Amino acid sequence: MDGAGVISSWDLSVGVDGPGTRFVVFTCGCPLRCLYCQNPETWRMRDGRRVTVDEVMAEIAKYRRFIHVAGGGVTISGGEPLLQPEFTGEILRQSRALGLHTALDTSGYLGDRATDELLADTDLVLLDIKSADPVAYRALTGVDLAPTLRFARRLADLGRPTWIRFVLVPGLTDAVREVDVLAAFVSTLRNVERVDVLPFHRMAIGKYRELGLEFPLADVRPPAPELLDRVREQFRNLGITCS
Amino acid sequence: MTLTEAWRGFRGQAWRTVIDVRAFIQDNYTPYTGDEGFLAGATPRTKALWDRIAGMLPEERRRGVYDVDVATPASITAHGPGYIDRETELIVGLQTDAPLKRAIMPQGGLRMVENGLAAYGHELDPKVKEIFTEYRKTHNDGVFDAYTPEIRAARRAGIITGLPDAYGRGRIIGDYRRVALYGVDRLVEAKKAELGALDDAFSADTVIRDREELNEQIRALGELRAMAASYGHDVSGPATTAHEAVQWLYFAYLAAVKEQNGAAMSLGRTSTFLDVYLERDLAEGRITEERAQELVDDFVIKLRIVRFLRTPEYDQLFSGDPTWVTESIGGIGDDGRPLVTRTSFRYLQTLRNLGPAPEPNLTVFWSPRLPEPFKRFCAALSIETSSIQYESDELMRPVFGDDTAIACCVSAAPVGHQMQFFGARVNLAKTLLYAINGGRDEMTGDQIAPPTPPLTGEYLSYDELAPAFDRMMDWLARTYVNALNVIHYMHDKYAYERIEMALHDHPVKRTLACGIAGLSVAADSLSAVRHARVRVIRDASGLAVDYEVEGDYPAFGNNDDRVDAIAVDLVRSFMEKVRRHPAYRGAEHTQSVLTITSNVVYGKHTGNTPDGRRSGLPFAPGANPMNGRDRHGMIASALSVAKLPYRDAQDGISLTNTVTPDGLGRTEEERVTNLAGVLDGYMDAGGFHMNVNVLTRAVLLDAMDHPEQYPQLTIRVSGYAVNFVRLTREQQQDVVDRTFHGTL
Repeated sequence: MDGAGVISSWDLSVGVDGPGTRFVVFTCGCPLRCLYCQNPETWRMRDGRRVTVDEVMAEIAKYRRFIHVAGGGVTISGGEPLLQPEFTGEILRQSRALGLHTALDTSGYLGDRATDELLADTDLVLLDIKSADPVAYRALTGVDLAPTLRFARRLADLGRPTWIRFVLVPGLTDAVREVDVLAAFVSTLRNVERVDVLPFHRMAIGKYRELGLEFPLADVRPPAPELLDRVREQFRNLGITCS
Repeated sequence: MTLTEAWRGFRGQAWRTVIDVRAFIQDNYTPYTGDEGFLAGATPRTKALWDRIAGMLPEERRRGVYDVDVATPASITAHGPGYIDRETELIVGLQTDAPLKRAIMPQGGLRMVENGLAAYGHELDPKVKEIFTEYRKTHNDGVFDAYTPEIRAARRAGIITGLPDAYGRGRIIGDYRRVALYGVDRLVEAKKAELGALDDAFSADTVIRDREELNEQIRALGELRAMAASYGHDVSGPATTAHEAVQWLYFAYLAAVKEQNGAAMSLGRTSTFLDVYLERDLAEGRITEERAQELVDDFVIKLRIVRFLRTPEYDQLFSGDPTWVTESIGGIGDDGRPLVTRTSFRYLQTLRNLGPAPEPNLTVFWSPRLPEPFKRFCAALSIETSSIQYESDELMRPVFGDDTAIACCVSAAPVGHQMQFFGARVNLAKTLLYAINGGRDEMTGDQIAPPTPPLTGEYLSYDELAPAFDRMMDWLARTYVNALNVIHYMHDKYAYERIEMALHDHPVKRTLACGIAGLSVAADSLSAVRHARVRVIRDASGLAVDYEVEGDYPAFGNNDDRVDAIAVDLVRSFMEKVRRHPAYRGAEHTQSVLTITSNVVYGKHTGNTPDGRRSGLPFAPGANPMNGRDRHGMIASALSVAKLPYRDAQDGISLTNTVTPDGLGRTEEERVTNLAGVLDGYMDAGGFHMNVNVLTRAVLLDAMDHPEQYPQLTIRVSGYAVNFVRLTREQQQDVVDRTFHGTL
């Protein structure tokens, strides 16, 4: 391990990247090209900033006390953090050594690169499953679904606490049958504590414009509350905690 | 009524022989560590009463003032009794003889009254005008007799600004609880004893003034008794029931707002005091929880309709018709018991029973040691109503004790023992520009400060700018204290707060509450000069009028010591400079980092600054980082502000945060937990104050276009809350443009 990685930015967030107040590291570089991606600036590693683990940890240390009092932890997100497994693993390990709760926000596509040691240093995995249908998944992300499902089962076998995240896009991911398939799959995973159904939004349009890119879903509307309720209900019907 | 009857069941001795409300509270209150499950909702009676007022508010908003008595200079007894609905009101008393009808208070300044009336289509009664021009001088007249040309110039240029030289200074909190606990007769007796103690003192200036003031205080207490009598209540003796305790306390406060048009007319710390009475009546079976809540609801309705006649210029500074009826709730006692009671919950419950409102200015004294259910209740209400502000009990208690209350927004003082001379604030950003321009104003070119050599390099040099700025602050501090001494001398002379001071001990401790605005602009400007390169653009006369920032610089609000240390140093050094100049009546100097809504006006009067801010654009409010420059979220932003030293800003450090509901969590439960956690973390880090708004920008934009649909939309701006729809358009835009933390 070379003690360095490429990140896009770091941020403090509350309640959106795992429980409580989180120090979030956004790594740079991602093999997926999700149609609704909110962080197009994190796609390519060469657009990021090279930092050492020590630099990141020095920044995290500033918030250790706050996070301890307020409740929360460190989340490594992206981009795809498992594109840089050594860097990611080291931040998780050192953060945990500081007594901070750790979370890994991943698509699972590169789950094979996560060592058991890395996962042992991860208190919570935020696993994005964009669709349980291989064809739809490829259309949405440009890559195969299988590695993600394999990673999900491995997390279950290891008993790592996991939150599943599912972005609800009207017309793309809202088919009743597909949601049922995903819910059925998730219901077999004993380690999943909850499913977050995240409503698609178009807030990233500005970022795309700045990068000279076109937002592919510019004409898609956010899901109506009724649709969100229906989908959440589909998960709840299988005994899954869903918000 | 005998004392035995009024004080039945009360414990403790110390408070019986001397006036000591704190001792009474400590001996008698019951901390409450449970949740809100016991609370009662609004009764149909309460709803009907509130609806009568709520029904008048749109008309008031349309006209600016609902009604005004143009012929009767206000006093404690000037107006006969008035009611909202005499049949159903539980707590009675209005400032004039009708709800929302404003009074004129010319002692502060006649121009303020005339302009205030003219702005809303009214005209001052000629007789009143004659009295206050021919026969009776005002505070405003006195001040301008003693201002120096230098003070006038600094005031006109907007470098020293918002001064209470034409309006009531406010920020004095009478201990209104004393009237309920002791009754007026006992308080008069205590004042007479204080007066008697001066009988043998030689008649020096200070002694003469004290004797005259004490007699005025005694007279005001008599007027309070007469005013209450006009409503059919005898407040000579102590309150015997909870109903009376609320009513007596309110009469005392009402006397103050009948007499003074102070910028901030704060209430104090009354909930846990009243809790002793409410719990006694509940235990005796005199009242039910529903009635206890009705008494609190009715009291709060009265506090919501306190009104003063003010001018459009005043509204520019302090927008939205605020009165700062600040009530301090919660906190921890010296003995470690929480000062949270059931009545702390009942006060907050008014936000649900009556809907959100800017007044009273509900201020929770936060400590990580508060009972969890209380923290959660506060957080839940903040999320629902954006109507609560939080101040650090852990910072205040060691300095001021555990019976402290906030005057206005962030200014703490022990109730009944300490008062402040409100001093508005100076514009630090403009001061920095004066340092660059040798004391000339960047907008007019006029020489305002004594001439010093201007900085002449093509690029600003930190080594030249920092000492020049330091010297300019020396001048500013001296001119500022000079002005404040004049103001408070004249206010004592012409508009003395008789009833409020009657509810203080004698002698009272005084502070001179100075303040600074534009801290983040000044800190970022210095950071830009030190860490980037700032090229100066000058006009033909050599005046620096614009700046080009080349490269990046660390900005205040990112928890980055390279710039945060500059801000800390500015606070420390300006405080130290202010302390060098003796304050009127031996007051102790303090300062605040607070702007109220005047950040907009200050910005309008300040040219381009070296941080890249454009001429005329608003400053950030209070101690806030500049909008959009805090790039790492609310926590990093707040932790920069938490570094500002409270010991050098004991008049308070204000931080206003706006977060979207999604920016706190995905479920209601999580949002409550997370907000309570953030408040714990901020106070633990040494943060002093946080306004919490939980809103989306879309709601605000919609409210700008459809104000009629948002009559009670409340937003915390800078140490106080306002009805959003009552802000000026400009200030609405400023609020909308501020950083919203969270996913948008």
